[in-house]
Amino acid sequence: MYQHHIKPFLRLSGLEPLIIRPETNFVNVGERTNVTGSKKFARLIREGQFEEALSVARQQVESGAQILDVNMDDALLDGVVAMTTFLNLLQAEPDIAKIPIMIDSSKFEIIEAGLKCVQGKCIVNSISMKEGEEKFIEQARICKNFGASVIVMAFDEIGQADTKARKVEICHRAYNILTQQVGFVPEEIIFDPNIFAIATGIEEHNNYAVDFIEATREIKQLMPLTKVSGGVSNVSFSFRGNDHVREAIHSVFLYHAIKAGMDMGIVNAGQLVIYDDIEPTLKQLCEEVILNINNDENAATEKLIAFAETVKAKGKEAVKDETWRKENVQKRIEHALIHGITEYIDADTEEARLQYSKPLDVIEGPLMDGMNIVGDLFGAGKMFLPQVVKSARVMKKAVAVLTPYIEQEKEDKRNNPLLQGAADSNEKGPAKILLATVKGDVHDIGKNIVGVVLGCNGYEIIDLGVMVPSDKILAEAQKHKVDIIGLSGLITPSLDEMVHIAKEMTRLQMNIPLLIGGATTSRMHTAVKIAPEYQHGVLHVLDASRSVTVAGSLLNKDQKIQLLSDVTTEYNQLSKDFANKKSHKQFISFSEAQQQPMLIEWDHYHPVHPTFTGTQKLNNYSLQEIAEYIDWQPFFIAWEMHGKFPAILSDALIGQEATKLYNDAHALLQKIILENWLTATAVIGFWEVNKIAPDTIQVENFSTNIRLEFLRQQAKKSAGQPNLSLADFIHPTKKDYIGAFSVTIDGIEQHIKRFEANLDDYNKIILQALADRLAEAFAEFLHKKVRTEYWGYVPTEDLSNEALIAEKYQGIRPAPGYPACPDHTEKYKLFELLGGKETTGITLTESLAMYPASSVCGWYFAHPESKYFGLGKIDSDQLSDYAKRKEMSITEATKWLRPILE
Amino acid sequence: MYNIKEILEQRIMIIDGAMGTMIQRHKLEEADYRGERFKNWHKDVKGNNDLLSITQPDIIIGIHKQYLEAGADIIETNTFSSTSIAQADYDMQALAYELNVASAKCARAAADEYTKQNPDKPRFVAGAVGPLNKTLSLSPDVNNPGYRAVTFDEVAIAYEEQIKGLVDGGVDIILIETIFDTLNAKAAIYAVKHFFSKTDLPELPIMISGTITDASGRTLSGQTLEAFYISVVHANPISIGLNCALGAQEMRPHIEELSSIAKCYTSAYPNAGLPNAFGEYDEQPHETAHIIEEWAKEGFVNIVGGCCGTTPEHIKHIAQEVSRFAPRKLPITSKSL
Repeated sequence: MYQHHIKPFLRLSGLEPLIIRPETNFVNVGERTNVTGSKKFARLIREGQFEEALSVARQQVESGAQILDVNMDDALLDGVVAMTTFLNLLQAEPDIAKIPIMIDSSKFEIIEAGLKCVQGKCIVNSISMKEGEEKFIEQARICKNFGASVIVMAFDEIGQADTKARKVEICHRAYNILTQQVGFVPEEIIFDPNIFAIATGIEEHNNYAVDFIEATREIKQLMPLTKVSGGVSNVSFSFRGNDHVREAIHSVFLYHAIKAGMDMGIVNAGQLVIYDDIEPTLKQLCEEVILNINNDENAATEKLIAFAETVKAKGKEAVKDETWRKENVQKRIEHALIHGITEYIDADTEEARLQYSKPLDVIEGPLMDGMNIVGDLFGAGKMFLPQVVKSARVMKKAVAVLTPYIEQEKEDKRNNPLLQGAADSNEKGPAKILLATVKGDVHDIGKNIVGVVLGCNGYEIIDLGVMVPSDKILAEAQKHKVDIIGLSGLITPSLDEMVHIAKEMTRLQMNIPLLIGGATTSRMHTAVKIAPEYQHGVLHVLDASRSVTVAGSLLNKDQKIQLLSDVTTEYNQLSKDFANKKSHKQFISFSEAQQQPMLIEWDHYHPVHPTFTGTQKLNNYSLQEIAEYIDWQPFFIAWEMHGKFPAILSDALIGQEATKLYNDAHALLQKIILENWLTATAVIGFWEVNKIAPDTIQVENFSTNIRLEFLRQQAKKSAGQPNLSLADFIHPTKKDYIGAFSVTIDGIEQHIKRFEANLDDYNKIILQALADRLAEAFAEFLHKKVRTEYWGYVPTEDLSNEALIAEKYQGIRPAPGYPACPDHTEKYKLFELLGGKETTGITLTESLAMYPASSVCGWYFAHPESKYFGLGKIDSDQLSDYAKRKEMSITEATKWLRPILE
Repeated sequence: MYNIKEILEQRIMIIDGAMGTMIQRHKLEEADYRGERFKNWHKDVKGNNDLLSITQPDIIIGIHKQYLEAGADIIETNTFSSTSIAQADYDMQALAYELNVASAKCARAAADEYTKQNPDKPRFVAGAVGPLNKTLSLSPDVNNPGYRAVTFDEVAIAYEEQIKGLVDGGVDIILIETIFDTLNAKAAIYAVKHFFSKTDLPELPIMISGTITDASGRTLSGQTLEAFYISVVHANPISIGLNCALGAQEMRPHIEELSSIAKCYTSAYPNAGLPNAFGEYDEQPHETAHIIEEWAKEGFVNIVGGCCGTTPEHIKHIAQEVSRFAPRKLPITSKSL
């Protein structure tokens, strides 16, 4: 019988195992989820923004962290609570929880709290003998009972070890205690022999790196199964502010420490330069300082400091490095693709064409090689979306140079039968992916980005644009024999359209996978509503980065089976969870809900009369003025760069690319303003209203009356909490006022066309995203003017742009179709009141999307206690009441309200 | 005291089958569950199978005996839900300790009787520690993924009370089973370690048995099999294995994998196939036994038996089929990389 061998590897686990074998490369421990090391993370935790804090963790995993260090040691935080909350939330994110957690604290109670939240095998960072052996043993025992590996810091009763001899001595003593008295196996012990800052100017510090490296070497000889770890960024602490030099120091330090046996380290996973890529002078200086050679009287240190100064100074003028122009043409093309430089690509492509026998070889050779590198770097989190889109622009330009020659060659073949033997007719082209924004929906920034990114990865993209009816999507898919269909949608009615398309694909007996994406879509909706309608694969794809791996797996026969089976399992589970959750949802009856409105003290409230009633149109408003109100954060989110603005510009990982994008966007914005590319139009109106029922407001519009119908929260709430409806913000008995607005940014089409003709997706997407931002900014700005002038209920208001974005103003501007009033069909009334398409310049599609896409509308409520809220789900009694009020059939009301029905 | 390790070196050991399936055959009603002692209990208790160890001990002992008769070396105590947390459903949290003592005594009595009859085949009592109805890694509220219905400390305290009851009732082994959330299991392990270090009693052998819920090959809390193994092996258990959720057919690839990575003995006690459309298990004893026979032949297992839907007949067939094969050999653990 076969007998297995089990080696003494360090074995850790999150949802998946991490086994550290001798051949395992250096293990990166992600450091950004540490409040002491990342200002951004600390702020997010302090402000309780755990969702965003999770995105920091996710980013670490995506940039290659294999273990996640979590530290909540902050004087302003309750560390136990913060650690527990964050780790519990993290367990719900499989893409993060898949890797093991390193619970990092100097307070053992926080470590224990962390250990109580994680099912996988963790590392505790750290324990030491600084408070004596007894405490050390007690803490080690607790760690062992939780099954955690431990990092032992080289720290004893005397203090932290700085010399090699002390480091080795303390580690060895700890080793003996742990293995002989506590029962640890050697492979589960990790030592941190203290990395201290070098080049501080104090001569005693000069040998610190050598002490660490040599101690590591001896520890690994003495106790070969143990591991060595360390916090790498400490070593370069005296060069803080100079990332260029710091990264080089880290890289050189690791090069030597890893050779000596260092197994893992806490590093910024996305930010390590490759040892071979460090410029020779800098590398030489770093070597001398780290290894403490030629360093008498700080000689080497002084040299490195002097060099660092020059780098700093240079950094400011951003000198263009043109040395890559001296490489051969293949290398130049690769460089241009990776760095998104279009300047020389036409000439380089032409040069390459002359070198190769066929123009197609240039595409399949250097161009695809370069794009593959781009794809890999993007996949590894080393490049970001804006860079990839720039790469795509270079690729398209190169292909455009070659296309006439490729056409010519085809023509020649047709005309010369002798050449036909070698015809390409058998060659299968690249896989085809069809993309479309569904019927009734007009938004396509996300879809365009997905198209560009997939195009970069060698797929042929057939983009049908926006508002594409289902029969057209499916007919085109069959005509082009596409391999995958991708659907996009931003507003809720698009969800039904996607379900419809899935049904149609089943009816037409299609068998290609269907991808679902866009802001309104979700994994849950896809699992519960769309996937059951089509058996050949329905997958929700979160963003463009994800689309590449998903498409890749779907086009690989073996991986496809695995992926679809994984997804089916996952979706079945989601459906199950959903069904379970459903039965738990508790409603109160609609009449009860109506009896628990928001209690507002109306007696002392006197509605402010707006400066006019009826409507006013604001034509061709100054874009310059609007631009000051832009909220940039969603702009970066459109580019899949997540983070708060303006902090994102200095983010350690994506700051550099974010800044480039911001500069490019600003330049284009200036052009748009100066050259009047776009026009901004708004219509606002105010009317007298009377509340005629708990959720019905009658608007007096000259001779006609329009009844606005609102929905009311129906979930069971804790005692004293109201069940809100927007109607609660209108005076129950006296005459009150309501306002409405629409803004639209028009004129984008011709510029889009021009960018498309120039093969410039990068600027096209920036332009689309900017138009959206301008529409939102206009709405924000207009709301301010309404508060202070047109309606004038707050004549003096002094709020910064940040405060506006944080919705700190009085009164609200909710839009039909969004959380407080999710029924899109109320938009008909809003636009009727505002004067329809003629006045507003906006058309409503059958799904109630607004066209032009960069448009915003909404109601104005002025009461100081009015606030934004989410309606949540409603029960069938409210549905039938609402249908009656709206004079709709239940079926029709169900159709429009589906997202909020159980 | 017999040494279970010596027996595991010599042959594949048999663990018993389902308790619930056998209780169902008695078609017990509310009054039977209540017995005399709980006739005025303020809540319905029908379905609280663990309570029967107090109110109907003869039925429980009878079931144990049927499994012993069928050839089981190890029988599990009727304590799957005997924690204060799980018993709260019946408002019987205060009875948790007593339930464990009573169940352990039922099993002890039956096992001792059979050991006495044939001292060459000693029988062991495994104190069953179940998964709880509340989990530590998952939020019961989809809208609030950070929420937990229970804390690690509460779970560990409840388990420690259960373990004390089992030990006081005389079990030979602590069996932490049907683990779908590894963190709950870690709390149980923590409780075992804490209990024995506190009482200075010699630590009983621990068996651990996880549950792979479906074709994804993961536990309900999302871990792969190997990740699960790594997360619990610090218990230093005598065996790690799988039970429940899957039939033998579906469990095979997982038990094969486990057999290649586990440094301790392996166990497997699958359900009698997958439930049919009516939620019943209809895999026949010889069918289950035939699949498990192949595992024995391949050398994947050291302890086998049955879970949901299996009966003494299943155990009898399994015992017969695997008796011809040598047990899985423990892997060689090298001392160097």
